[in-house]
Amino acid sequence: MVEWTEQERTTITNIFTNLNYEDVGPKALCRCLIVYPWTQRYFGAFGNLYNAEAIMSNPNIAAHGITVLHGLDRAVKNMDNIKATYAELSVLHSEKLHVDPDNFKLLSDCLTIVIAAKLGKDFTPETQATFQKFLAVVVSALGRQYH
Amino acid sequence: MSLSGRDKTIVKSFWDKIGSRSADIGAEALGRMLRVFPQTKTYFAHWSDLGPDSPQVRKHGSVIMAAVGEAIGKIDDLTGALSSLSELHAFKLRVDPANFRILAHNLIVVIASYFPADFTPEAHVSFDKFLMRLAFALSERYR
Repeated sequence: MVEWTEQERTTITNIFTNLNYEDVGPKALCRCLIVYPWTQRYFGAFGNLYNAEAIMSNPNIAAHGITVLHGLDRAVKNMDNIKATYAELSVLHSEKLHVDPDNFKLLSDCLTIVIAAKLGKDFTPETQATFQKFLAVVVSALGRQYH
Repeated sequence: MSLSGRDKTIVKSFWDKIGSRSADIGAEALGRMLRVFPQTKTYFAHWSDLGPDSPQVRKHGSVIMAAVGEAIGKIDDLTGALSSLSELHAFKLRVDPANFRILAHNLIVVIASYFPADFTPEAHVSFDKFLMRLAFALSERYR
């Protein structure tokens, strides 16, 4: 089981309480699709992904970025049982969406970078350590049900 | 994933933008790496202080960034430019090359936090590609 200190719980809760989902979600997903273009393979039905401008102005991508970010809310609310919380979503990503679990890490790195850009100096090394620990647990849980 | 002309232009102009802050960026990236990925501390057990304000960390971070800057100056032949550093890391330091990616990630995190508006996704992809090529050149002599 993952152990969280009080400080870590506070850090994660604060980040998500002050998060602008409509801004950060699309930014993180777009950055992932641009920096790691092979991730576009999962978005064939989303319309024009031809270049960076097209991706960043694509409303389907923006909407999906918000959806994905809200998906993290479940982990924030159930930090002591993230593995069970994401069991169903893990099955979905494996059996229905057929997403290579390596991609979870790519998106989580992009999210980290978007948050770093937003928070600047406030994204201290301590904050980064906690945030990356949190995302690593989420990524692990999402890959757990693959077989 | 080789560097296009566009990638090289973007990397060079971003480096110019970074300018004199490169030493700070290197120091902070190294410090973050040691804190966020504690397994990397195993390579620095001979330092007395691995904290964020450690003078040893600050100094080494700027040494690393100076080497990155030199590599950017020789971006058309990274393998040649990094040949002796590659030998050092391969035969003397014996750093697992997987760690180059970890440091690259932290460099990008720091750059994004220092230049939130300028570090667009386009700049990010070119820089990420460059750092991957750099890591590859650095691991050239390993085996």
